[in-house]
Amino acid sequence: MKTKLLTLALGAAAIATVSTSASAATLDDVKAKGFLQCGVSTGVPGFAFTDDAGDWQGFDPALCRAMAAAIFGDAKAVKFTPTTGKTRFTALASGEVDVLARNTTETFSRDVDLKFTFAPVNYYDGQGFMVRKSLGVTSAKNLSGATICIQTGTTTELNLADYFRANNMTYEPVPIETNAEAQEKYLANACDVYTTDASGLAATRAAFEKPGDHMLLPEIISKEPLAPLTRHGDDQWADILKWTLNVLINAEELGVTAANADDMLANSKLPSIRRLLGAEGDFGTKLGLGNDWSLNAIKAGGNYGEIYDKYIGPKTAIGLERGLNQLWSKGGILYAAPVR
Amino acid sequence: MTVASDFSDDVEPFRLSMLIYDKRYRSYTLQIITIALFMLAVGWLVSNVVQNFRDLGKEFSFAFLWEPASYDINQRLIEYTSRSPHWKAAVVGILNTLVLAFLGCIAATILGVAIGVMRLSKNWLVSRLMTIYIEGFRNVPVLLWILLASTAFSAMLPAPRQAPVLLGGGFVPTNRGFYVPAPIWESGSGVLAIIFLLSLVGAWFFGRWARAKQAATGEILPVFWIRLAIIILPVLFFYFILGRPIGLSLPELKGFNFQGGGFVRNSFMALWIALSLYTAAFIAENVRSGIQAISKGQTEAAYSLGLPPNRTMNLVILPQALRIIIPPLISQYLNLTKNSSLAIAVGYMDITGTLGGITLNQTGREMESLLLVMGFYLIVSLLISGVMNVYNNSVAIKER
Repeated sequence: MKTKLLTLALGAAAIATVSTSASAATLDDVKAKGFLQCGVSTGVPGFAFTDDAGDWQGFDPALCRAMAAAIFGDAKAVKFTPTTGKTRFTALASGEVDVLARNTTETFSRDVDLKFTFAPVNYYDGQGFMVRKSLGVTSAKNLSGATICIQTGTTTELNLADYFRANNMTYEPVPIETNAEAQEKYLANACDVYTTDASGLAATRAAFEKPGDHMLLPEIISKEPLAPLTRHGDDQWADILKWTLNVLINAEELGVTAANADDMLANSKLPSIRRLLGAEGDFGTKLGLGNDWSLNAIKAGGNYGEIYDKYIGPKTAIGLERGLNQLWSKGGILYAAPVR
Repeated sequence: MTVASDFSDDVEPFRLSMLIYDKRYRSYTLQIITIALFMLAVGWLVSNVVQNFRDLGKEFSFAFLWEPASYDINQRLIEYTSRSPHWKAAVVGILNTLVLAFLGCIAATILGVAIGVMRLSKNWLVSRLMTIYIEGFRNVPVLLWILLASTAFSAMLPAPRQAPVLLGGGFVPTNRGFYVPAPIWESGSGVLAIIFLLSLVGAWFFGRWARAKQAATGEILPVFWIRLAIIILPVLFFYFILGRPIGLSLPELKGFNFQGGGFVRNSFMALWIALSLYTAAFIAENVRSGIQAISKGQTEAAYSLGLPPNRTMNLVILPQALRIIIPPLISQYLNLTKNSSLAIAVGYMDITGTLGGITLNQTGREMESLLLVMGFYLIVSLLISGVMNVYNNSVAIKER
């Protein structure tokens, strides 16, 4: 009797453990939920921050808002999740977020080994060093023996080790989790140097009480192509992210802004603009979205240039020049594939 | 039901409802249901992991441990560079965890025993102060104590360039850590080390001889002071004879930081202090309950034999109380060791920070890294329990 029952129980266990079905397409999941889950950083001035009302603003959230507008026609249909350098990939891989727009450097291992799909680069960056002017340091080559604050789980951590090794210098790393923590340690003089992407340094310095007391060293020690990303294995979803970004960049190139987009859609005779805004072709439908997807994306926060100028451009407190992030036609390397 | 036919006629035939209502079968039924549910849960977990790995296109492999780690670690007890493999980074982290746990357990025990005894003091002020200490530390999460210690160090101590050099260069507190002198071993220091070891052996033999003498004649020698002299004097004598073979390297301000000497980082100090103070509060309560469990008659008997109070405590009460104290003490050691994984909050590079932190993140091997980290804590905890159980057996009441 006992044996029989045991066999029965084992059998039941075996049958019940047949796994749950593979996850459906991300777009269907997102549509069913009614909002986009977007991973952002825990806070870098200009790039991602919460405004007085508690809403996420900045260069990175703006992309998620454009994407939400492309999917739902509503730029507010986003749930933002702050992630640290350490938690971001787990959050994306586990499905806690659908897209990660968070100053993330595209690298081989993250693409191939961690199984993520990167959209085109939305910010070309490089790793720099910030020090107090009073230290009298003029070059990163003078930093031997310094105590350096560094965010763990980032590419900057690896670049830093490589750079100091290549130049035969020593340093004392102080591992920290978030930009805010680094700022606190750096200002308390618990580290001599803070290193991260140059854009992040400029943004952090802009938030200091006396930005003039601190300087960025001239050396940029790495390439940091920052790009938004999604999980491997859902090409449709990756395409939506990729083409939302391309639409924003193309819109700047073609002079389409949040303000004139409706007018352009109605009156423009240029085929490239008509295709971009959905007056010609059915690009949106092919993506699984409405045909007004690109119009909504542009109207959510403006084209790439508008977003850049609003949050991190020369006229903001962050004051980052366009530099490499200027359009290819204006001397930069921003070059988006055409919508056709 | 073929089974039913096996029973003889006077036994009532088996019915399905008997599985629940018949005492003879009920326990089997419940156990089998429990096993089935348990296996369902385990099976679901495993299949979930396998399925997710397959969905992500990842494979379960520990090969990443042999790739270069590519990151630097500030506190390393063994040779390690950014070119060393991930497993070596893990070893560095393991050693950092063990150092913290070891020093933490020692400090917590010393503090805990002292505080526990003082809590029973007849001095009203002392016992109340200890009560406040115990209740204060026990009832606030240890993470907050760690963060408090860390913040206090980095916010209140000066930067290296403004730091005061105390004790003639021997001690420099800064907001990055504490610089202390480090010994320089020159030729002849080996001889000194041998002399020191011989002195220790000598002190041990003296202790045995003194005890034997006390047992034989009842004469009590000042054992502590004589032992101290046996240990210190020869070493001091030969230190000068050999021309001071052990020097001291003092920290000196050079460039950004102090160079030379030893450096104890704030992250370590904050953890060590917070974990020791926190765990000491629990150990103090164990000690107090252990002492109070010894019947008052023991103390009275010792007094009536003429033993002074401190000898009563050391020779009569504590040896008996230890039997009660040690089992809960083991779990406090385990707690401290496991709590040391909170190191991540202040950037101390323990096993959770290296293998379970940076390695996990840079390689994306969450499952493998976390399994290894969990395995490590499991093994260390079992080892601590094992060692302490052996000790417990050696002091426990022997049943003869």
